Amino acid sequence: MLTRHRLLAWATIVASLFFLVPASAQETIKIGEMNSYKVFSAFLDPYKKGMELAVDEVNAAGGVLGKKIEVVSRDDNGNPADAVRVGEELLTREKVAFLIGTFPSNVGLAVADFAKQKKTLFIAAEPLTDKIVWDSGNAYSFRLRTSTYMQTAMLIPDAAKLKKKRWAIVYSNYEYGTSATAAFKKLLKEKQPDVEFVTEQAPPLGKIDAGAVAQAIADAKPDAIFSSLFGPDLAKFVREGSQRGLFKGVEVFNLLAGEPEYLDPLKEEAPVGWYVTGYPWNEIKTAEHKKFLDAYQAKFKDYPRLGSVVGYSTVMSAVAAIKKAGVLDQEKLVAAMANLSVGTPFGTVTYRTLDHQSTMGAYVGRIGLKDGKGIMTDWRFVDGKDALPSDDEVKKMRPAQ
Amino acid sequence: MTFPSVLIQLLNGLAAASSLFLVSAGLSLIFGVTRIVNFAHGSLYMLGLYGAYSLIELLGRTPLGFWGAVVLASLAVGLAGVAIEVLVLRRIYRAPELFQLLATFAIVLVIKDAALFTWGPEDLVGPRAPGLTGAVEILGKRIPMYDLLLIAIGPAVLALMHLLLKRTRWGALVRAATQDREMVGALGVDQAKLFTSVFFVGSVLAGLGGALQIPREPANLDLDLSVIADAFVVTVVGGLGSMGGALLAAVLIGVTKAFCIGLGFSKLTLVAEFVIMGIVLVARPYGLLGKPSALARAAETPPPLSPPRWPWLALWVAAAALVPLLTDQYVSVLLIDIACFGLFAVSLHFIMGPAGMVSFGHAAYFGLGAYAAAVLFKRAGLPMEAALVLAPFCAGLFAVVYGWFCVRLSGVYLAMLTLAFAQISWSIVYQWDQLTGGSNGMVGIWPSAWLANKTVYYYLTFVLCGAGIAFLWRVLFSPFGYVLRAGRDSPLRAEAIGIDVRRFQWAAFVIAGTMAGLAGAVFAFSKGSISPSVVSIGQSTDGLIMVLLGGVDTLTGPIVGAAAFTWLRDVLARETDFWRACLGFVILLIVLLFPQGLVGGLKALVTRWRPT
Repeated sequence: MLTRHRLLAWATIVASLFFLVPASAQETIKIGEMNSYKVFSAFLDPYKKGMELAVDEVNAAGGVLGKKIEVVSRDDNGNPADAVRVGEELLTREKVAFLIGTFPSNVGLAVADFAKQKKTLFIAAEPLTDKIVWDSGNAYSFRLRTSTYMQTAMLIPDAAKLKKKRWAIVYSNYEYGTSATAAFKKLLKEKQPDVEFVTEQAPPLGKIDAGAVAQAIADAKPDAIFSSLFGPDLAKFVREGSQRGLFKGVEVFNLLAGEPEYLDPLKEEAPVGWYVTGYPWNEIKTAEHKKFLDAYQAKFKDYPRLGSVVGYSTVMSAVAAIKKAGVLDQEKLVAAMANLSVGTPFGTVTYRTLDHQSTMGAYVGRIGLKDGKGIMTDWRFVDGKDALPSDDEVKKMRPAQ
Repeated sequence: MTFPSVLIQLLNGLAAASSLFLVSAGLSLIFGVTRIVNFAHGSLYMLGLYGAYSLIELLGRTPLGFWGAVVLASLAVGLAGVAIEVLVLRRIYRAPELFQLLATFAIVLVIKDAALFTWGPEDLVGPRAPGLTGAVEILGKRIPMYDLLLIAIGPAVLALMHLLLKRTRWGALVRAATQDREMVGALGVDQAKLFTSVFFVGSVLAGLGGALQIPREPANLDLDLSVIADAFVVTVVGGLGSMGGALLAAVLIGVTKAFCIGLGFSKLTLVAEFVIMGIVLVARPYGLLGKPSALARAAETPPPLSPPRWPWLALWVAAAALVPLLTDQYVSVLLIDIACFGLFAVSLHFIMGPAGMVSFGHAAYFGLGAYAAAVLFKRAGLPMEAALVLAPFCAGLFAVVYGWFCVRLSGVYLAMLTLAFAQISWSIVYQWDQLTGGSNGMVGIWPSAWLANKTVYYYLTFVLCGAGIAFLWRVLFSPFGYVLRAGRDSPLRAEAIGIDVRRFQWAAFVIAGTMAGLAGAVFAFSKGSISPSVVSIGQSTDGLIMVLLGGVDTLTGPIVGAAAFTWLRDVLARETDFWRACLGFVILLIVLLFPQGLVGGLKALVTRWRPT
């Protein structure tokens, strides 16, 4: 029978349910994340796993500011317009604390500008474009990943040491390729004024006519080649070039080609002797990397790719910023990001106050072959802070705040 | 270039042409008989590559394993094509023209996610062909033996197809159906069987084209869309239904690209095929070896559009005006997108429905409107309001130029010429760093302070896009609109009574382009940034999908299609990882349930229920 007491009891339960929902929601801190999961899945699948690992670790350690964290992910379809739309959704509907993520340069730049408009912190994970921290830099945007300029600069000492005079260049016809090429030419010319660039090939992204490109480069008779190809374009170039004897007696430098994402598909055809930037995951012996590697392999039964490190470190950066700021206030978060130090599998990185670029480094080495698989040999770690231009140069490029 | 280099680049071009030919031949065959613009043809090519990769791993890297895998993969892809025809396309042959494009678009989405699920995200580099791993030395330069084999395979397949088409009964039926489908049916030929068999052969060719690329191309998930555009170009440049033309076109494109690279103009390869297509179509309106369709039997004319009923319209307008006040900000954001795409879709419908000119490159005007707004605002320093007003006219100017060429053609040739212009525009936007920001696009295109609030900006969008749509609809029911319909339904009679059909089509083109430009300009300021993707094939396709989804034979269909598509994509992408496949299945469901589009289908339901 429904007595007044029972009614009251039910009402209390129902009412408390209403209050419980927002109460439990308030126990987590939501971080908004967006990426082009379906367009660049080879990189972003491991990236997502890296993020999951970081979230698990942070929450197992009690979260941050006494609350658990939650990463709310959205697919931006590789399209800046869609990215801005999901950004709006994350901020207004999900009420996320701030934004992280993005992969292609155009999406990263669009979201950085959106963050500035919304006066919201944005930590760009992967976009390599130099513009995001320099020419188009803004007060609210920071970037984790070692940039195009930095990775190019890391290869310069080896390139200059070889004293090769005739260089050929091949790159995909879009921003990453053109700015890598521009940086390479400028930096090498400074070290070696008599250098000559004999040919430049700029095939469309993802659609290289590898045979024709290899032949055109061979016709220019270079001593060395600088390439910033990756993915299927790289695989095709390697195969056609080696079949046609292009690489005989020619030194090749290739940005990113040592990253497992791009090196592993080549299997036994990995081009031995190429100078690359990358990630020799099974040979790095530092304590922080070992801890990451063990945890990653235990959780996913798979080895990490570079994307995993980027995803993991992005979340760790976000958490460190929250911890340092102490509150979820945008201006305080942005202030906390300046000169923030974060522990990553690649060691401690610092987000520079000057241009909001992190000092994350990269591994530089040469490609070798072991058990029918490409590996990196003679590698060394280059700290990101040693691969950046002088402060004065940066100030000149970055607009005044 | 020295002589040996010229020779080698020629061989490179021929090798590239050979694989391009195989895909295009299948596409041409299918289109010729069924009149289906098969978007999924590139996906079949991709499946051929993935399938061959897996089969080689299974059968071993021996000559038998390799060639066995190539043959088996092609046949398997042929069966996949049959499945597509029997399960989906057969049910919608009676739908309005081009509607099948919507179904094949959905199949592309499904196959892409299925491939991701099956083979994973990493690129798969297949082995070289056993026994043909080496290179041959010609005049001191090396060329892979496999490339020489490919060069031979193209013409061999052409010869085989020629025999098949000219010497067999099946071939005779295919040729007959290509010329006059209804007549073949009237003579008692089982069309269903014929279509299925054509799909099988066409798909086998696509699969073969893919499988043969194993030693040259890593299997990856971007192949489908990158191949399909090229295949369409080759088919149209060669002339629809002409196998020899397809080979000629493939050679022309392959060799031109190889020489662009050899001569140091590698950046031109970004759009070489579209430039070639533009030139060929302007000079030869039916492609290199194509013929004007011999017999244009008066097709079933679509029913005349009915003007909207005022009470309903008022209700919808009131709802669109009130919703943002009752919901959160994000609804305003979504509604802005829907309104921009709505106007974009309506402007496309304006030329492809009543004016009968299908455009595959309508994004050109949307995108150029967006870029014009951004350039006027950022580079010329105009106030945002002025940029917004002027931008549509810039897009209109491009429509004046492009339209002048396009209205000289008809049917798929016209559609492909619009695509050529769109791609040429895209490549300029993509590479002109100083003006357009190149591949990065432009940022900082935010509206003035009084429009910063999303709800306020929505009302601006609502007024501008609403006015655009109202204007286009008004024009459709003016004498001008009736003239357009006359030109579509009976060009000869229209001319006989003194109408200069082309001039009216040209004017329609310009009006539609200007309105698409308005949609683009409003869109640009709502996002704060733009990138070349607003001019891309993807954007053009989205427009087509919206119009077809809503119903091409209805007035309000394009808006409903734009709303449904935008909303579905937003919801599905949020809820599931495999959102592309889900979107594909939902579209397939709509296609099968409502072969007249959403609005067309609803109308049919209402008519059925209404007591007579």
